[in-house]
Amino acid sequence: MAGNRHSGENNRMIQSLKRASAVIVGAGIVGNSLGYHLARLGWRDLVLVDKGPMPNPGGSTGHASNFIFPVDYSKMMTDLTADSTAQYKELGVFTESGGIEVARTQARCEELRRRASAAKAWGFTHELLSPLEVAKLVPYLDPDAILAGLYFPGVGVVDSLRAGTIMRERAQQVDALQVLAGTEVTGIDLSAGDGRVRSVQTTAGKIETEICVICCGVWAPRLARMAGAIIPLTPVVHQMISVGPIPLFADTVGEIAYPIVRDMDTNMYERQHGGDMEVGSYAHRPIVISPGEIPSIEQSVLSPTELPFTKDDFDPQLEDALELMPNLLGDEKVGIRYAINGLISMTPDGFPVLGETPEVRGLWSVAASWIKEGPGIGRAVAEWMSGKAPEIDIHEADVARFHEHQRTRHHVAARAREGFNKMYGIVHPFEQWESERPTRLSPIYAHERDLGAVFFETAGWERPFWYESNEPLLARYGERVMPRPSEWDSRWWSPIINAEHLAMRDSCGVVDLSAFVVIDITGPGALATLQRLAVSQVNVPVGKVVYTSLLDERGGFKADLTIMRLAERQFRVVTGAATGMADKKWFRDHLPEDDSAELTDLTSSWTTLGLWGPRARDVLAACSDDDFSDAGFPFATCRSIELGGLRALASRISYVGELGWELYVPFEEGARAFARLWKAGHSHDLVPVGIGVYATTGRLEKAYRAFGNELTSEYDIVEAGLARPSVKKEAFIGKDAYLAQRGAEPVSRLCTLTVDDHRSLDGTPRFMLGGEPVTTRQGERLVDSKGRPSYVTSAGSGPSVGKHIPLAYLPVEHANPGARLAVEYFSESYPVTVATVGSTPLFDPANERVRA
Amino acid sequence: MNILVCIKRVPMVGAQITLSQDSQEIDTHLIGFTVSPHEECAVEEAVRIVESCGGTVTVLTLGPPEAIEQLRDAAAIGAGRLVHLETDGREWGPIATAGAIVETVRRDESENGPYELVMFGNEAADTGDYQVAIRVAHLLGRPCATGLKHLDISEAVMRGRREFRGGDELFELSLPAVVSVKEGINLPRYPSLPGRMRAKKAAVEQTVPEWREDPVKKQTLRVPVAERRRAEIIGTGVGAVPTLVDLLEQLGVLS
Repeated sequence: MAGNRHSGENNRMIQSLKRASAVIVGAGIVGNSLGYHLARLGWRDLVLVDKGPMPNPGGSTGHASNFIFPVDYSKMMTDLTADSTAQYKELGVFTESGGIEVARTQARCEELRRRASAAKAWGFTHELLSPLEVAKLVPYLDPDAILAGLYFPGVGVVDSLRAGTIMRERAQQVDALQVLAGTEVTGIDLSAGDGRVRSVQTTAGKIETEICVICCGVWAPRLARMAGAIIPLTPVVHQMISVGPIPLFADTVGEIAYPIVRDMDTNMYERQHGGDMEVGSYAHRPIVISPGEIPSIEQSVLSPTELPFTKDDFDPQLEDALELMPNLLGDEKVGIRYAINGLISMTPDGFPVLGETPEVRGLWSVAASWIKEGPGIGRAVAEWMSGKAPEIDIHEADVARFHEHQRTRHHVAARAREGFNKMYGIVHPFEQWESERPTRLSPIYAHERDLGAVFFETAGWERPFWYESNEPLLARYGERVMPRPSEWDSRWWSPIINAEHLAMRDSCGVVDLSAFVVIDITGPGALATLQRLAVSQVNVPVGKVVYTSLLDERGGFKADLTIMRLAERQFRVVTGAATGMADKKWFRDHLPEDDSAELTDLTSSWTTLGLWGPRARDVLAACSDDDFSDAGFPFATCRSIELGGLRALASRISYVGELGWELYVPFEEGARAFARLWKAGHSHDLVPVGIGVYATTGRLEKAYRAFGNELTSEYDIVEAGLARPSVKKEAFIGKDAYLAQRGAEPVSRLCTLTVDDHRSLDGTPRFMLGGEPVTTRQGERLVDSKGRPSYVTSAGSGPSVGKHIPLAYLPVEHANPGARLAVEYFSESYPVTVATVGSTPLFDPANERVRA
Repeated sequence: MNILVCIKRVPMVGAQITLSQDSQEIDTHLIGFTVSPHEECAVEEAVRIVESCGGTVTVLTLGPPEAIEQLRDAAAIGAGRLVHLETDGREWGPIATAGAIVETVRRDESENGPYELVMFGNEAADTGDYQVAIRVAHLLGRPCATGLKHLDISEAVMRGRREFRGGDELFELSLPAVVSVKEGINLPRYPSLPGRMRAKKAAVEQTVPEWREDPVKKQTLRVPVAERRRAEIIGTGVGAVPTLVDLLEQLGVLS
C-alpha cells in the first residue's frame, strides 16, 4: 500500500516537473545553498536533483570535517568564508571552538607571523601564543613538540548537512524548489540551433529547462561532459581517521569543547568530534582519482566519496600525531574507529570553478568548494545567475578562466598532485609550479634561455622575469637596485629586475609579451558590441588605440584592456593572459544575436614585443624607414610598419611609462623580429627586460593599475582614479552605476605610498610584497565607511624614485599626500607616507616620457 | 600458551559486487580488503587468552604479498608473531591450504614447541568452504570443534559452546586442539595508534610454499540479480503515523 501511494506521488512529481527555471544537480552544501539563495532572489520552479538520499546523498559534504578557519591569503576565499560563517551562524549550526595553527619549525613561526598580518588585513581576531599558552587551551598537546601557535578564537565547526537541510527547506517553504532525491541525471540536452541547455534527462523523467547548474563536486566533470563541456577539477583523496573513545572528552558537552589544532608543518589537523578525536591529513602521497572511477552508491561500502582507507599512506602521519598529543592519542584503550580515504575536489590553481561554462550557455558550474565557502559561493553564484554582479569579487574562481591546456585531464591531475601537499604549505606569493612546464613557448624562448632568462609561468607561458645576462648591470647601478637582504623578500626575485628597470629608463629595453591574449572583433556590429562593453569611447578613427575599463552591472571592474581600431569594422582587443579567457567569454556573451559581429582568438597567431625607453625610437629607426617621430606616430595610435624584411603592427602605448611601441608580428616571425631589434639595439644600449619590470616596477612608479590587484569588482572607477573627464553618450554596461559613482563623493581613493623605514626589529631591512594591512602609525586598521579594509594591493621597488612602493585604497580621511601611516608585515609595523592620491604617478608625473 | 590464528585476506563486502570481465574474480580495484568477521574475532579471542594466561599469539596467512596488510592489522590489536605463506595470487583450494598450514605448524612446533590452540574463523568470507580448520585438525590428529561462540581455557582443557538450532552445544577438548569461532564470540577492539605503530614495524616471517593443484576447482563466479531496494516514503507528518505503527507491528518491534 505504501508502495502504491509512493509511486503515485512520484508520478505527480514528474507530471509537475515538466519545466523548471533551473535544474540544480547535487544536494551537498553547494546545491542546497544555491537553491536557497536563488529562491531568496525570487526564482521559482527550481528543481534540485540528487542520485543519493537526503539529507546525506553521499558526496563530499557527508564526510567533511566541517571546521572553519577564517583566514586565507586570498581575499576572495577569505570573503567567501566570512560570508559562509555568517550564514552558518544565522542558520544556527555554528559552534565556536577556537582554533590554533601550531608551528614546529622556525620557518613556520615566521609564517604564522605572516598569517597574523593577513588576519589583521582582513579583520579577524587572532593572537600569537607561546607553546605553554597553547597547552593551556589544549591541555593534551605537548608544548615541547611546538615552537609557537596562532590562535583564532572565531574558529568553529558547522553542521553542514543540517545547514543544507534548512536551506533546502526554506526554499521549499516558499514553493520555489522541488527536491528529487534518489534521482540520477542521465543526460543534458542542448538546443540544435544555439547550443544552449534545453532539458535535463533524469531517471524520474525529462525536465525542460534553460539552465542546469552542476553542484556535484567530484562528479562535476562527469556531468559537464554530458553536455560536451569541461569542468577542470579532479577528485583527490584526503585521509582521515577518527579515534576514540577519548576519556577526556567523555564529560564535554556538545560536539566540540577544545580548540581545533592545525599542525601546519605536518599537514595535519586534530579536532574533537564528540567523544572522538578526528585526525586528518594532507601529508600523504597525492592520490588522484579519475572522475570516472568514483563508485556508484550501490558499489560503495560506506559512500561513493568514502573510499577504503589505505593504511600504509597514513602510517607516517600517526607518528606525527602521537608526537603532538602523546597521552591522548597514545592511550592503548583508544582505538581507530573510523578511517577513510575521503574524496575532495582539486583544481589546477586551488580555486573553485564557478560560473557559466565557456562552451555551453545555460550550463553553470558551482564546484570545488569547501564547506567553509559553500554558502558564500551559493549566494555569489545566485547573484550572478540573476544578472547581478556578485557582491564578492569571484573572478579568480571563474570557470571560464582556464586556457585549453589547463582544461586537460592530464594537466588537472598533475597540478592537483603538485598542489595537494601544499595545502598547509608555506607558499610564497610568487611561488612557481614545477609540473607541466614548459607548455607554451614564445618564438624567442631559445634566445631568452641563452640570455639566462629566469622563467615564471603565466597561463602556461614561460615568461622571462629577469635575465641573468644583465647581472653586470648590478655594478653599474650599485645600491640603486635596492637589494633585499631577507631571504623571503628576495625569493622569486632578483635585484637584476631593478637594474633592468634603470637601464630601460636610461636607454631602452625589449620585453617579450607573447602571452598577451589577442582577440579580434569584426563585422558590421563590432563597433556597437564594443561600445556596449567599454567605458571609453570606441568610435575613434582607424589607427587609434583605446585604453579602457569594462564594468559589470554594478559598476565594478570586469576587465581592463586596450582596443586598437584596425579598420572601420575591425577591432583588436589585447588583454592579459591570466584574465584573457574570462574576458573572451564576456565579449562572446555580448556579441549581437544577429551574428553581425564575430570574435576570433588570435593569441596563437601573434607574438608581441615591447620596445620602451628614451632610445626606443632610435632602435626602430635603425631597422625601419617608417616615420616614428612624435608627429608622425603619436601616442595612442597604431599602424602597420616595416621592420626590416618583416611587417609588424606597431602600437604606441606603454605600461612602463616610457616612449615606445608594442610590436605585433606573426608568431613564426617572432624570432626574426627579435633578432632585428636586438641587432639594431646594439648601438643603443638595448637590454632584454623581464616581466619583473613590466608587471611591477615600471607600472608602480607610474601608478598604473593592474586588474585583479587594484581593479576589482569591489572598488569603482572613481575610487581607482580612472574616471575620464567626460562620459560617452553611448550606453554601456555599468553606465548607470558609473554615473552614480561620479555624482557621489568616493569614500576611498587609490593611493601610492612609499616606505619610510624598512628596518625590522632585528635590524634587517624588509620589503613587503602585497596583501598586507595598512594601519595608522599606532597600528589601528583602516576601514572605510563601506566596511572595506585598507590593504596593500600591489607592492614593489621603484628604482628610479628610490622608494619601495605599496599601492592601497585608503579611506578619504587618510588619502592625503603626506599622510603618515604604516604597513604591517610579518607582524611588524613599517612607517609609510602617502605620496600621491589617484592616478598621479611618482615618476614623471607630467607623463612627458611616454609622449616624447 | 601459544596460539596460532589463521586468517585470509578477502575483498571487503557490504556493497554491490562487481566481477572481473572473465567472471573469475571480484573486481577489487575500488574496494578494500579485510578478513572475515569470524577471523577478526578469532584474533581478538586469542589475544584475550594470552593477555590473561600469557604466551604468544602467532597469526598466519596464506596469500599474495598484499596479505601482509591483514597480518599487520592483527599485530595492531596484539598478535605478537606474523607468518606469511606467500603465494603468487592464485587461489589455493582448501586441501592445498590445509596442507601448507600443517607443514608450517609442524616446522614451527619442532622449533618452538607446540601450539596449544590453532584457531580459525568459521569460514572464509569469500570462498566459504568451511573446510580448512577441519582438514588441519585431521592432518594433525587433534580434536576439533567448529562454530564456537564461547571459549574457556583452564589447564590443558578447553571448553567451548556452540549455538545450534536454538540450543547450545557444549564441548570439552583436550589441548592441543583446533577450533573455529564465529562472529559474536567477542567484540573485537579497534587498533590503537601505538598498536598500529608497533604493527608497522613488526617483523614478518615469510616462506613461499610450493603451489599445489587442488582437486576442488572454481569454475566461475556469478552475482545473483538482487532486486534493487528502494526507500519508500510512507507519508509525512502526523498522517504517516498509522502506517508507521502498522509497519512497526509487522516487524514485531511493538509488543
